[in-house]
Order: sequence, then structure tokens, then C-alpha cells
Amino acid sequence: MEELVEKLKKEIIEQLNLEEIEPDDIDPATPLFDEGLGLDSIDALELIVLLEKEYGQKIEDPKKGKEILYSVNTIAEFIRKNS
Amino acid sequence: MEITISKYIKIENNTIWLNGEKVFSAGPDTDFGTFMKVLYRRYAVKYLKFFKMDNLSKLGFLASEILLAGQGLVKHYPNDKIGVFLSNSNSTLDIDQQYYDLIKDSDNYFPSPALFVYTLPNIMIGEICIKNKFRGESATFIMKEYDPNITVDYIKNLFLQNKIKVCIAGFVDYTKDNYDAFLYLAENTELLNGIAHNAENINNLYYQRE
Repeated sequence: MEELVEKLKKEIIEQLNLEEIEPDDIDPATPLFDEGLGLDSIDALELIVLLEKEYGQKIEDPKKGKEILYSVNTIAEFIRKNS
Repeated sequence: MEITISKYIKIENNTIWLNGEKVFSAGPDTDFGTFMKVLYRRYAVKYLKFFKMDNLSKLGFLASEILLAGQGLVKHYPNDKIGVFLSNSNSTLDIDQQYYDLIKDSDNYFPSPALFVYTLPNIMIGEICIKNKFRGESATFIMKEYDPNITVDYIKNLFLQNKIKVCIAGFVDYTKDNYDAFLYLAENTELLNGIAHNAENINNLYYQRE
């Protein structure tokens, strides 16, 4: 799980062009949106693309998107459960 | 009413001219992406969203940041009276091509929302307005080459109708082979050494070199 979290951090930085952020700057439990990395709605869509492209995972229920994309930990948990 | 140009900037060939004076130049071998990062850090922009922008928006955004440094426009004018009017030759062709390359393989079809949002040239204006909290009139004009004759009367009319009290206007263009940014600040005030806002003067400033 820890390995997946670290991999996700790197992928999020690359996919979202978080130029001045290092993987160690991301607390996997901190909310990605609003506070934390301050991501926006376009970033959320990019994360959905990332999940589909890299992990073949689709968020089937849009209502659960907010919960799944809450933090790096919740994304990792979603991938783990569905793999 | 006297509309005057109080400040202007030109960015081309890895060089910046502010009010006609060369203020910074990077080496000719510096690529566009590196040049943008150098400017971002040199002018201490501190706006992480910059790195998500496409090349056209980066260019227009940084030109506006350097032009507006120290101006405090929103302190002097109501937000909804600050306009932005930009012209451009190649629209968003650079990012259009990138987006097309990304989606052309139907077996590997993962459209990027972050790229797609930049496939409209007025997004560049949006980035400037969001950062600076400008909420006035705005427009993007696509033309073969920069021709202030097309925009001067439009801008003047907005001043006359009191729709705007100040504006940023000019030309921002980007292709993978070339780029060019020219922005000016026009205000309804008789400034000492202000330059009258007309097509002839704007053309002179646009083509001006030290």
C-alpha cells in the first residue's frame, strides 16, 4: 500500500503539472482539494483520467467521486479494493 | 476624453522591453519553456496555476504580470471597470495540435480535460482576470497580423460608454516556432508623458526597438 501511495504521489505531480511540489510535500492523508494541494475541478477530471489510464479503474458512481478523490490515501484504497 | 497609454511591454526572442527599454534577455539558446520558468522566478510571480497553463496563456499571463507589477489596478479602479482586450494570429493552434495528438489514437483514447480547457484563445484572458480579480469587459480578436486599427475604436467606445475606466490590450501569439507578446495599459487620464491611444502610436510602440 505504501508503495502504491508513493507511486500515486509521483503520478499526480506529473499529471497535474505540480511543478514546485515534491512527493514528500504531499501528506497522503491531507485533502487534495481546497486545502492541501488546492486542486480544482479540472484537476479532479485529470485524476479520473489518471485512474482509468494507469489503473483501468472507473469511478462508476459519480456521487462517490468526492470521497474517492479526497486524498492520496483514499485513491490508493480505491485502487487496492478494485484491483 | 483623453485615453492614454501609460505603460507597455514587449516580449519576443527571449527578451523583454518595458516602456521601450530592454529590461531582461535570456540567451538565444534558451527554449520557450525554460524562458517562461526563468521569468516566473525572476518576477516572483507565486501562482502555482501558472504551470498548468498552455504556452499561449503562460506568455500572456507573464506579460500581464510584468506590465501590472506595482500598478495596484484593483485599488484604483472598480473591478468591473477593468477590461482586457487581446489579439492573436494563431489562436490556440499549438494546444489544439497537442490535444489532437493526444486523442487521435482510438485505441489509446484518454482526452485530457486540462489540455482541452486551453483550446479557446479567450482562456488566456480568463487566466489574467482570475489572477487579478478583473471583472470588466473582455474580448479576443483573431487577425492575420496585429492591426490596432481594428481594436482601437472598439476600446475607445467602451471608454466613452463608461463600460471601462482602464484596460490591458495588445497582441499575444504563440506557435511552436515563434512567439510574440505586446501589451499596453490604457487609462482615461491625462498622464504626464502619456501616449495618446491611437493606432499609429500603438503600431509605433509595437514595432519599437531600442
